[in-house]
Formats: sequence, C-alpha cells, structure tokens
Amino acid sequence: MTTPLSLRVFESEARLYRNIWRSSIASSFLNPILYLAAMGVGLGSLVDTNLPGGIDGVSYLTFLAPGLLVATAMQTGAAEGAWKVMAGLKWTKTYHAKLSTPIGVPSLVFGHMLWSGARVLMVSIVFAMVMVAFRVAPVSESLVALGPAFLVGLAMAAATTAFTARVQDPAALPLYFRFVVIPMFLFSGTFFPISQLPDWLQPVALLTPMYHGVEMSRAVVVGVSPAVAPWISITYLLAWIAAGTLLAIRPFRKRLTP
Amino acid sequence: MSHLIEARGLTKRFGDFTAVDGIDFTVEPGESFGFLGPNGAGKTSTMRMIGAVSPITAGSLTVLGLDPMKQGPQLRSRLGVVPQEDNLDPDLTIDDNLMMYGRYFDLPRSALRGRIDELLDFLQLTEKRKERVDSLSGGMKRRLTIARGLINEPDLLILDEPTTGLDPQARHILWDRLYRLKQQGVTLIITTHYMDEAEQLCDRLVVMDKAKIVAEGSPVSLISEHAPREVVEVRFRPGVLDGIADVIETLAPRTEILADRALLYTDDAEKTVAGIGAAGLEPETILARRSSLEDVFLRLTGRTLVE
Ligand SMILES: Nc1ncnc2c1ncn2[C@@H]1O[C@H](COP(=O)(O)OP(=O)(O)OP(=O)(O)O)[C@@H](O)[C@H]1O
Ligand SMILES: [Mg+2]
Repeated sequence: MTTPLSLRVFESEARLYRNIWRSSIASSFLNPILYLAAMGVGLGSLVDTNLPGGIDGVSYLTFLAPGLLVATAMQTGAAEGAWKVMAGLKWTKTYHAKLSTPIGVPSLVFGHMLWSGARVLMVSIVFAMVMVAFRVAPVSESLVALGPAFLVGLAMAAATTAFTARVQDPAALPLYFRFVVIPMFLFSGTFFPISQLPDWLQPVALLTPMYHGVEMSRAVVVGVSPAVAPWISITYLLAWIAAGTLLAIRPFRKRLTP
Repeated sequence: MSHLIEARGLTKRFGDFTAVDGIDFTVEPGESFGFLGPNGAGKTSTMRMIGAVSPITAGSLTVLGLDPMKQGPQLRSRLGVVPQEDNLDPDLTIDDNLMMYGRYFDLPRSALRGRIDELLDFLQLTEKRKERVDSLSGGMKRRLTIARGLINEPDLLILDEPTTGLDPQARHILWDRLYRLKQQGVTLIITTHYMDEAEQLCDRLVVMDKAKIVAEGSPVSLISEHAPREVVEVRFRPGVLDGIADVIETLAPRTEILADRALLYTDDAEKTVAGIGAAGLEPETILARRSSLEDVFLRLTGRTLVE
C-alpha cells in the first residue's frame, strides 16, 4: 500500500513541528488563559456590574469564551496560510524541493490544508480545555463548540493560502494581518454583539467566516439559537474552505511549475 | 527507444520570451552528459523540463521512457535532483532532512535509516548529521543536497551547477564524489559554466548559448573540432592592444582580441611565440597552453563563458 501523496506532505509538516511542539503547545495554553483572565474575568466584572441581566443572559466571561475560541482558531489558520506558505514558496523554497519528488501541486496544497487543520484542532482543543478549567462550559459543550472553530480555522487557512500564493512581496503579509485578520478578530462578534456595530459595518461582519463560527459556538455554550441557521453557516464555511483551496492551486502551479 | 533521454525540438517559452529554442539531444544510460553555457543560456529551463517540474512548450521529450508531462509523479520517483539553488530545510538536522525527503518517496523508515548512513558516509557528512542545516558551510549544503538527490537510488541524477559558489577545495571533493557515482554507473546530467568541470566530469556535452545548442561532442572532440591544438595568450598594458590588432592578426591562423589580452590559435605554439618577438611586439606576459573548452566557446559565440 502506498501512502497518499498529501499524507506524505502532512507527515513532513509534523516532522518539522516536532522541533517546536513544546513551546507551541505552551503558548496555546498561555494565550487563552491570559485573555480569559484579563478580558473575561477582569473586564468582565465591570461589564457584568453595568449589565445586571448579562449579554444574552450570561456573564461576560461566558459570552466571550466561545467567541475567543473561534477567534483563536481563525488566527491560527491565518498564520499557517501566511508564514508557512511564504516560506515554502519563497524563503526556504522547501515547496520547490517537495515538487521534485512524486508530490505534485494539488497534493502539496491538500497536504498543507490537512496540516493546517491539525494545527487549528490542536489550539482549539487546548482552548476548550482552558474553557472547562474556567468553568465556562462543561466538557461536552466545549467539544461541540470546537466544531465551528475548526471550520473557521480551515476557512481562514484556505483563504490566506490563496492570498499568500498570489503576493510576491512578503511585506504584504503584515499588512494583511493588520487590515484583515485583526479587524476580523475585533469586530466579528467576539467581544461584543455585531448589533453594536454601525449599520453599514454589520453586513461586512456578517460576511466574515468568523462571524458564523462565533454564532454557532456561542449558541452551544450559551444555549441560545444562533442568528443564522447553522446549516447555512456550515455550508458557507465549507464553501470558503473549498474555494480557498482551489484558488490556491493555480498560483502554486504558476510559481512552482512555470 | 533505449535512449535514456530523448529531446526533439524541445522548446520552452515564458510568455513571448523563448528560454529554450528547439533543441535536440539524447543521453544514453550510464553516460555523464553536460550542458555548458553562460548565464541565461537556458540550462536550468532544460533541466526543469527533464525533471518534470516545468511543462514543455513545444517539441517532444522522453525521459526514462516516460512522458514528463503525463507521467510526472512516476518519472520524478526515479529521478534525483540537485537544484541550482539549495532548498534544504534550514530548521532540520541533516538526518531529518534526508529522512523527510525519503518519506516523500514513501520509502519505509527502516530502509531509509540504512540508506542515510550510507549516503552520509559517502558524502563525508556523518560527523555533522545531528547539526541543523543553517549551520553548515556552502560545500556541506551542496553535498547534503546531493545525498538527498540519491536517497531514492535514482536512475538519473540531475545536477544544476553543482559547484557554483564553492571554493576550490570544496569543488574538488564534490568532483571526486560525482566521479565515483559515474563509476558506479549512475547516469548524470550536469549543467555548468566551468570548463574544467565539464572536462573532468562529462563524457559528452552540448554547448548552449541563447536558448540554442551550438555544438555537441566529447570535450576532446569539441576541442579538436573547433580549436587548433594550442593557444598563445599575450597580455598587454591597457590601451596598447587597439593599435596593434592588425599586426597580431597576421601572426596566427586565427586570433581573438579581448579587452586585456589576445589569443592566438595555432598548431605550433613555439613558432608563434617566436613570431611575436620577430614582429617587435612587447607583451607584458606570454602564456602558451593547450586549447580548452573555453576557447571552443569563444570560437562559437564570440564571448567568454565567465566574465
Ligand atoms: N519562470 C520564468 N519566467 C520568465 N523567464 C524565465 C523564467 N525562468 C527562466 N527565465 C528566463 O529564461 C532564460 C533562461 O534561464 P535559465 O535559468 O534556463 O538559464 P541558465 O542557463 O540556467 O542560466 P544560469 O547560468 O544563470 O543559471 C533567462 O533569460 C531567464 O530570465
Ligand atoms: Mg541555471
């Protein structure tokens, strides 16, 4: 039995990760702990004092945690799609090396997406564990809340990969984070409901993959029904994943096999 | 069939720029075949088509009996590639680089361990095997890239400028290893812009210039075909040459006037040197030597290979 080509790519990413897994996992724990402590508990006590009924009837910490879970998955997906891809194509050119083996462009992209999915899953699981430790949600709910986070992470990994493969100048990546990823992080319903946004911005927030993930994860944890029917959100996120992956293949080909 | 590589009218265009312009060549099993040419001649473009990572624009190409356009993965599984630009994984050790690369070919880890030991020994990298690649010298990286290219016991090893940028000692180590591979019967194709490299390593070679093949043969036959046996190189103080060019041209059957020196091609260097004295010329230095591929190249293209 031969190993599928995309799994060989996945294996090589895993081998690279072996060198850094300790520090990587440690920071995956540290980040949510710091955020939930500072914003959920610290800022949250202020919010709760001023909003005795809570947001959606729950404490700010409970409101925030599922949103942050999805936001963390989103940022992880974006990071995998940005730095890893730029390195493979341009800095270390290890993608070029892979292509002089039986691996071809589609397998390379699929393998990269598989690995990005694994990374998103890792940080999401760690986040869910922290959520349980903060008594935001029981284990079962935290696990269900992982699902939407995973989809959002993959959607961002796919979209970011397609973007990175199209830019020649690595300086575009920090700009991408400043003007796309961070605004999405701040304004897609993680920290406050998007109903608080100015009217003209609400449709924009609605179009982000992250918003759909936040709505679904929060619905599970808070126990409300999401603003958008889950089947629509899930289909929408799957469309992002498919489109991003397919849109990455052409620029990969152009750069790796001109 | 039975040619290891057969190219007919092989062409590569990028947009409307033609990088390889309808070249024909064949490579036989066990042969060590060279592409000699200056920067931009189209060597790498040709290697990449052979390596099934760049679609051909026109003509036909068969490698190991396979069509690189249709049977890419199958073909690449039997090739070893040493690209012009190192693309090792800088964050991994030598060992891990080889293991990772071997796994792309789906070779079992247990088999790879033995293979890696052998290759590291062959390329004299065993002592460094636990070091990260970004701490290695250029010559060691090149050797590692060759080890990597051999991991799948390829039927054909493609080397794109294997020694460019290395110091003479590192080049000689590499030449020695490549020579041994050749002895073991591995088919090599090598691009280079060093004549000595082509002379040392290649059984047969083509000279490429501006996307075309301008000559083909063994190093010895190319020299005897395109250049007289000996060359007398005479250097003059700057500016002097212009005034005496027509005198120099009378001194040998064929001459080349370069910026700082003149080359006189002759079958009898002694006589030519005597002639220079008799003509009353006073060069700064006179050097008589056997003709080389450099002279062939100069003859064919009117330019030197390495400026
Ligand atoms: N992807 C590409 N897009 C456009 N032009 C290209 C591309 N790759 C190569 N070229 C052009 O094709 C020509 C031949 O390039 P190639 O790399 O094959 O030359 P070479 O003989 O390997 O040169 P060198 O000795 O510098 O490596 C050059 O003019 C180069 O600029
Ligand atoms: Mg080249």
